[in-house]
Amino acid sequence: MSKGHVVVIFPHPDDESFGASGTISKFRDEGVPVTYLCGTLGEMGRNMGSPVFANRETLSTFRRQELKEAARQLDIEVEFLGYRDKTLEFEPRDKVASHLKKRLEELEATVVITHYPGYAVHPDHDALGAAAVEAVKLMEEASRPDVWMHAISNGHADVLGEPDIVYDIRPYWEKKLAAIQAHLSQADGMMSLIENHDQAAEQLERLKTERFYRWHF
Amino acid sequence: MESIQPNKVQDKINQLANKTVYVHLETTNGAYASHFDENAYNVGAFIRNAEVSYQHGKIVSTGGSYRVGLKLDLGWVYAEGLSDYEIDEKGRLLMAGHDREGRLMVALEISETPFSHGADPDE
Repeated sequence: MSKGHVVVIFPHPDDESFGASGTISKFRDEGVPVTYLCGTLGEMGRNMGSPVFANRETLSTFRRQELKEAARQLDIEVEFLGYRDKTLEFEPRDKVASHLKKRLEELEATVVITHYPGYAVHPDHDALGAAAVEAVKLMEEASRPDVWMHAISNGHADVLGEPDIVYDIRPYWEKKLAAIQAHLSQADGMMSLIENHDQAAEQLERLKTERFYRWHF
Repeated sequence: MESIQPNKVQDKINQLANKTVYVHLETTNGAYASHFDENAYNVGAFIRNAEVSYQHGKIVSTGGSYRVGLKLDLGWVYAEGLSDYEIDEKGRLLMAGHDREGRLMVALEISETPFSHGADPDE
């Protein structure tokens, strides 16, 4: 019997590692194939390595390689969707949605993991999450995958309530850290942002528990 | 990139004057600024592949970092906070300023050929 196919849709190389690599590892442990549709190459990122080793023009090449390494660690497939970092919200939503719908149908997705539009902080997260939800809406009801959405914004639980799916991913913590660290140009910068956050302990704890809201069609 | 050597940058700016060039100009404090600090503002702007020709340009030291201004027929290109530079294998002048943790805060790049503008999926 088919175990289904998990399709992760985020805009940047490293979103998968910070946001869902514990959950991804759990699915891979159960033998479920996982494909990451990565929206952009993160070519407008601010982190250039610590110490700096990339520049604005070489960053995309580094980040593509880093994601390939993270994908090797997580044992998943990666496809780049070919959009440009920081510009997803300015692309026509229906065009991005029909692009995603086509891939979801071809991959026979049973679960889609994406960002919760409006609660995902980065405009690319919100825009691609909204397009992913739209894509699934456009599908025949019978073939629609489950949509799990990752919310990031401070205080989102006050509005959204408790998440539908909560995984304590500590059994996969080593795997998650290895995936994060594969993103050499980004890992140190993001980890230090998290460690210096107003609520650092909560932010770190957040990394060890992955939570998702289900979209109700 | 390495620390800006103003003479080398000035030479390159002079070489590129009065030619059709492409400019990438950017400043950013990141999409997460107000997420990680509720008192911060998210501010950023970029323009990629502005096609311009400048009459002359100058790099000015501010003690620690540099400003660059390029005079156009109808206006100016300006960047402050530049500290690092590179002339890459395509002969492009890349300049940037980074914060203490190496995050890019500002970039000014000048090239005789357009900068990549797709996602160059198979570069």
